[in-house]
Amino acid sequence: MTRTHTHLRRVLLLVAAASLLPIRAEAHLPTIGPGPVYDGIFHFLLSPEDLIPIIALSLLGGQRGACFGRRVLWIVPLAWFAGGVLGMFAVAARGSALTCVSFLLLGGLVAANAKVSLRLITALAAFLGFFHGYLNGTGISRFNDGTYALVGLALAVFVVVALFTSFVIPLRRQWALIVVRVAGSWIAASGLLMLGWALR
Amino acid sequence: MNRPSDTTVARLMMLFCTLLLYSQAAQAHVNKGEAVSFLSGLKHPISGLDHVVAMIAVGHWGAQLGAPAVWVLPVAFPMVMAMGGMLGLLGVPLPGMEIGIAASAILLGTAVMMELRPPLALAAALVGFFAIFHGYAHGSELPAGESGLLYSIGFVMATGCLHATGISIGLVHRWSWGQHALRVVGAAIALAGIFFMWKVFA
Repeated sequence: MTRTHTHLRRVLLLVAAASLLPIRAEAHLPTIGPGPVYDGIFHFLLSPEDLIPIIALSLLGGQRGACFGRRVLWIVPLAWFAGGVLGMFAVAARGSALTCVSFLLLGGLVAANAKVSLRLITALAAFLGFFHGYLNGTGISRFNDGTYALVGLALAVFVVVALFTSFVIPLRRQWALIVVRVAGSWIAASGLLMLGWALR
Repeated sequence: MNRPSDTTVARLMMLFCTLLLYSQAAQAHVNKGEAVSFLSGLKHPISGLDHVVAMIAVGHWGAQLGAPAVWVLPVAFPMVMAMGGMLGLLGVPLPGMEIGIAASAILLGTAVMMELRPPLALAAALVGFFAIFHGYAHGSELPAGESGLLYSIGFVMATGCLHATGISIGLVHRWSWGQHALRVVGAAIALAGIFFMWKVFA
């Protein structure tokens, strides 16, 4: 047996021994709570109705270049936070139909590789961020660390936009650009079906 | 052991063992309709052979036609199909749905078999026309009470993956034997379409 084999066996044994360590199940997170900031982060990452339009906007910004990507990167989280703060003071909101429209519009623009202007993408970013932030804000209590949850939301939005725009901007190969457009068409198609569900 | 492949395998095994330690929350009570709904959406397009062969045929045909059809068809198809799905969800009547689905397998299979090369607009229109029937069938069959968004995402993703599979297989078109093989597959799809049509009228 070679030295590397012995080393590997030791590591595997160590891993096997470590796997026997009793770990708290944490099956009931609501009783522990990860904290408001993480609540906000997880809420965004686990809510496709918020996450997917942001991904679509990031893809659109990335398709148009670094300047557009940077604009989306800063505008969306700020608008999200502002909308969320306003939403916290609102009673309730229903926006399922408008969410469908954001899927359709942004997905369609990505699929068409639309040459949107910087002004238009800024307006789209501000509106989308404010609208979704507002919807989120209506579900957050302003008396119980709600602002921290909004901070978590805005941070998660920032990270997602940064990841997706920086992924798309350097793409040069034809097939890679097509993959982005196909993703846009999937988002638009999901929006169309959602609209059907909403109107059903 | 010092070979790079062995080292890579050893590292992957260690990574796998480490991942086993990552204990997840139990999640014994998944929100009703959510994760389940995504999976049911993902499974729906691949649960019917009539849909599967038509989607694969679209991919094959796109690969035979080359650029730009190879990407125009997969970009256009999901959107048109979703439009059909929306009509189905809304209950708008569309007569001859099953006939349209069977005809799509026959015509798209024949197009692959004969390696037809119509103008791009005509190919896109033909594929889009059949996409409405497929989408309508899916839309009218959607189970009530499911989470619409996750279901829709899974549904569209599965359809797109079927196209991608068709295109990936269709890439054998660059070789002479691959061209023949694709034609044979096209003939098989057309035959399957004839069978579906027979079942409609039987």
